[in-house]
Amino acid sequence: MKHIQNFIIDFGWARIIIGLFLLSLFILAPVADVRIDTSISDTVARFGMACVLVLAMVPMIQSGCGLNFGLPLGIIAGLLGATCTMELELKGLIGLSFAMLITTVFGTIFGFFYGKLLNKVKGSEMMIATYVGFSSVAFMCMMWLLLPFKNPKMIWGYGGSGLRTTITVEGYWLHVLNNFLSFRVSESFVFPTGMILFVLFMCLLIWGFFHTKLGSALTAVGSNPDFAKASGVDIDKMRVISVILSTVLGGIGILVYQQSFGFIQLYMGPFYMAFPAVAAILIGGASINKATITNVIVGTFLFQGILTMTPSVMNSLIHTDMSEVIRIIVSNGMIIYAMTRVNKARQKK
Amino acid sequence: MTTKNLQLKKLLTLDNAAHLLMRNTVPILFILISAMAIPLSEFSFSYLSQELMTRLIRNSFLVLSLLIPIIAGMGLNFGMVLGAMAGQVGLIFVTDWNIVGMPGVFLAMIISTPLAILLGLICGIILNKASGKEMVTGFVLAFFAQGVYQLVVLYGMGAIIPIERLTLVLSRGYGIRNTVNLIGIRSSLDSAISFDLGPVPIPVVTLFIIALFCLFVVWFRKTKLGQDMKAIGQDMHVAEAAGIRVLRTRIISIIISTVLACWGQIIYLQNMGTLNTYNSHEQIGMFSIAALLVGGATVSKAQISHVFVGVILFHLMFIVSPMAGKNLIGSAMLGEYFRGFVTYGVISAALVVHAWTRFKTNQRQRQHLRGN
Repeated sequence: MKHIQNFIIDFGWARIIIGLFLLSLFILAPVADVRIDTSISDTVARFGMACVLVLAMVPMIQSGCGLNFGLPLGIIAGLLGATCTMELELKGLIGLSFAMLITTVFGTIFGFFYGKLLNKVKGSEMMIATYVGFSSVAFMCMMWLLLPFKNPKMIWGYGGSGLRTTITVEGYWLHVLNNFLSFRVSESFVFPTGMILFVLFMCLLIWGFFHTKLGSALTAVGSNPDFAKASGVDIDKMRVISVILSTVLGGIGILVYQQSFGFIQLYMGPFYMAFPAVAAILIGGASINKATITNVIVGTFLFQGILTMTPSVMNSLIHTDMSEVIRIIVSNGMIIYAMTRVNKARQKK
Repeated sequence: MTTKNLQLKKLLTLDNAAHLLMRNTVPILFILISAMAIPLSEFSFSYLSQELMTRLIRNSFLVLSLLIPIIAGMGLNFGMVLGAMAGQVGLIFVTDWNIVGMPGVFLAMIISTPLAILLGLICGIILNKASGKEMVTGFVLAFFAQGVYQLVVLYGMGAIIPIERLTLVLSRGYGIRNTVNLIGIRSSLDSAISFDLGPVPIPVVTLFIIALFCLFVVWFRKTKLGQDMKAIGQDMHVAEAAGIRVLRTRIISIIISTVLACWGQIIYLQNMGTLNTYNSHEQIGMFSIAALLVGGATVSKAQISHVFVGVILFHLMFIVSPMAGKNLIGSAMLGEYFRGFVTYGVISAALVVHAWTRFKTNQRQRQHLRGN
């Protein structure tokens, strides 16, 4: 009994409720005439799309910068990479790789300044991050109109200037990762091997990074800044590195998302994208100052599972689509839960 | 000696001027932007003053509701959206019962007040648990409340909560329609007693309510509770040691703010005349906070004057920027994006300055303890 109690306290009742909820959705699926294989197929595809975006949370959490509500900044780096590549008419895997390269360059520049800013506001990173994300999206709204892009597939048909709100990547790199080595499991379940492999590769890369000397120094800064300082680690530098990593990962994350989704969403598109990613990693068991790759994978799977399962199951059971409401309550409820938990952990110490 | 004194004096005044300029950077910047944009927009003076009067009576009360948590050191109350939601629920009921005019407005306030108190209490308790991260938690809490609000209004009303009027309910039989026409109570406060000052109609009753509330804030600061809040705002631990019940006082400050935001939203909507059931409250928090900051307030210091200066400057920019953008570059969209950027930019800048000074003071105190 004590074991179970400890487990519940460790794992958190919020996560248990969410896990049980997802489980009940899968049990109810056959009753509601929802095809299991379609659901699993959707869940896997969406897991792949969102996973790198969630992974972008890890470096900043580990270095003590808190949850990366400034993810839209990274996404903007990714959007710049995608639009620049399309402007150069680079297609297929080469196009996507080139987009990633440009994204990395932009992400490093953005992340550097973003990191410098966050170093100046230690203690209130999350609020500032939120607004850095919002302001950068609002600023880029103007830029998308003004930047001199010329490719007719991207700009508004009339007027001849300004990028469209959604740009299709069809004919460029639509599903290049998804279709790589993909195989059909059943009638409506195609396993997107390439995307999953890429996602796992990114996870492995980050996992590897945190086992290098630099990576462990970064973790040390997050878990005990005073100790890190005493052992000669440059705290501010480590934090900047972690922010750059998070920003670049955010950019690459949106590229993976786009090649599967099929569209580049500009203007207000990235505005609220940080919240689902933050919620996912928290559902996976991360806290505001500690996150692992397992948290990322478990959290993304649970959260995306709920997002895919609720509309279909709910729709056929009670004939209304409550998925939007459930999504809002689950994701934001999880974030609030995590915010209020930190203090308890501190008080115990 | 005298020259030295003179030099010192000169330095002081220069320093003073620079300090004054620094402290009012945001309002000055806004005056400059407006000064450039007003001629570009080609709006007439009478149109602008009419619009500004409308915005002033619509938004002042909402912005005023932010003051009390700032006194208590809880920063900008992003959770004020919860109060706005309570106010909207009250308005939906009043419309359903078909109570029109001033009684309708006041009944809506009476119905929604207990709800706002309850929401404020919950909000306060949560913010106490997330002490040190009040703002970001309040921010997420507003999103969370949005979900609960939708659950109640879109699925609960008409199904569990009885709604009589069919015009309010979606065709599927439950849930409130996207827009609720508040024709019954439209402008009932504003046009109760009003006279025209040149081209501008002056709504006496609304202005009176706003003035009354300003007096309330002035009086409240002097009460025991207000002083307690001020002490907590300066230093929570010292206040605790002085025997002030910190947590309780913080909750009270949030409750007051939520209730006022609720009334503010009712005043706002009776002026608008229509309720966008699922959107009206969304932007309210953001715009009210931006307006307050534009007026020269900071995260830890806000006065009544900031509210009015802010509402005027912020909304002036809001009115003129799309037209100015259209006349300047031929794209109204650009002006719209520009004002969006300014809204978020102002809030970001204020938050950064606040966090930075807080971080610096902390560092300085730590250094002081170390003895250098």
